[in-house]
Amino acid sequence: MSATSEYRRREQSITLSPLEDRADEHAADRPEQELLTLNMGPHHPATHGVLRLLVTLEGEVVRELEPIVGYLHTGIEKTCEDKAYWKVIPVIERMDYLAYYFNAMVFCGAVESLLDLEIPPRAQYLRVIHMELNRIMSHLVWLGTSALDLGAISMFWYCFRERESVLDLFEMSSGQRMHTRYFQVGGVIEDIPLGFAERVRAFCAAMPARVDQYEAILDRNEIVLQRLRQIGIVSERRLLELGVTGPLLRATGNPWDLRKAAPYCSYDHFDFKIPVGTVGDNYDRFRVRMAELRESTKIIEQALDGLPEGPFITNDRKVALPPRHELATSMEALIHHFKLVTEGLRVPPGEFYYPVESPRGELGCFVRSDGSAKPARVHVRDPSFVNLQAFPDMVRDGYIADMIATIAVLDPILGGVDR
Amino acid sequence: MPDATGLELLAHELRERDGGLVLGTAYFRERATVEVAPARVIGALETVRDRGYRFLCSLHGVDYYPEEPRLGVLYELLDMERVDRVTVKVRVPTDAPEVPSATGLFPTANYQEREVYDMFGVVFDGHPNLRRILMPDDYEGYPQRRDFPIGGEPVLFTHNENKVPRWFA
Repeated sequence: MSATSEYRRREQSITLSPLEDRADEHAADRPEQELLTLNMGPHHPATHGVLRLLVTLEGEVVRELEPIVGYLHTGIEKTCEDKAYWKVIPVIERMDYLAYYFNAMVFCGAVESLLDLEIPPRAQYLRVIHMELNRIMSHLVWLGTSALDLGAISMFWYCFRERESVLDLFEMSSGQRMHTRYFQVGGVIEDIPLGFAERVRAFCAAMPARVDQYEAILDRNEIVLQRLRQIGIVSERRLLELGVTGPLLRATGNPWDLRKAAPYCSYDHFDFKIPVGTVGDNYDRFRVRMAELRESTKIIEQALDGLPEGPFITNDRKVALPPRHELATSMEALIHHFKLVTEGLRVPPGEFYYPVESPRGELGCFVRSDGSAKPARVHVRDPSFVNLQAFPDMVRDGYIADMIATIAVLDPILGGVDR
Repeated sequence: MPDATGLELLAHELRERDGGLVLGTAYFRERATVEVAPARVIGALETVRDRGYRFLCSLHGVDYYPEEPRLGVLYELLDMERVDRVTVKVRVPTDAPEVPSATGLFPTANYQEREVYDMFGVVFDGHPNLRRILMPDDYEGYPQRRDFPIGGEPVLFTHNENKVPRWFA
């Protein structure tokens, strides 16, 4: 009994005062040390993918760091140029493999803007539901693997348990657990099946309690706090110069979120908050993402409550396939079906940059059309790629062990970095 | 978005700063694009930045084959206070693909300019570290150009590693 209370007393005695700069604690009485250049990766478990780091160390302190990327480059942007518009979607979903709904959304959004196409409200709401489920799923993977890097293996199982239920929901609505190809140009491929809404509601009802449990494990855990607090601080100004967006920017107190700032896909219909941090250390980044888990469940519940009736894909037959039953009776539907399947949709010439807020920041897709059935150029501005530039600033003059914590909290997805 | 009038006002301001700077404006699907002379793009970006577009979202290359000049570099700029976007575009020919680097104005351009160099061969003068970023350092050619063929690259396996050129000396 007394052992527990002693533990609780110590647990609750963790102060929130800033930790002193531990890196230079003994700088004065430390002998001059040689610089050591160390290669980490590309196959290193703590780099969350095939990221290679050239680290210049002085003792255990990181003095300089250079990320080297490209090991997962698969030329998806080039592949897209050789595919009809609707065949691009499954390829582009595989870029950032934890945010596939977002990848599909940016591409469809850019093409729809080029087509000047109106998306039915039901399709927009269904997109919001799936994107927010995807955001929860992506943050859960981040939380589980980050906690794993800090030595907390149980978090990994808890997070993947909930991720599993999200993947089950994806499987229910689209037949696939990952890379679902659910979003189409003009809407979504299919309406949600019977019982889907109830299961999403049950998930949303359970999720806040789950987040409470995660926080009960992590929030007062001294190891986690010492590894996160006052580590990896970069000023808001510097982050903006480096083009960083998403939770990393919001952790410094800047409430920039495209869902609020420039609502797309009827995000302005929903009531939700943008969590922000104060100092922008790893702890703030962690807290911001935890709060986003709760906000996303709120958005999903509101979208289910207000889910409008109506078509789930546009009625424009030049863009979307006609319903199956029309093929048996309508010659015109058959022609449209044939043209769309053999040739694909044609997009008027022009170029467009379409941004959305992905779990990692601003995900943008640039599509240039030359009037044919294949895009002339597809470029994805992936937040992981741009955010990675801030990594050297975050870890310079800190311990190499903190670098591992920082890269976990930075949450780069190498499939998105290398594309 | 700056509306069509706002775009013309911006273009006018750029012209006042430097006579031959603006090559054209385009307003398409409520997005404003201003095309400027490649050699003087830094001045244009500076002017646009000082009008509030302080955040460089994205910098990417485009190959306009078969149009000339073929290569394009697009700077997607964002004003976070007014939530307003504008695109600055430059076009350069393939035989002299040189654009001044924007890394001095926007440090975020570093990786993205390297990617454009890697994929299109646009040389950014004054870039601190202009090397390939996604493709291997010794790669030849610029794969995102439209005349670069798809496929035809030998895939390295153990059974053919002795035969693949440049791999097995």
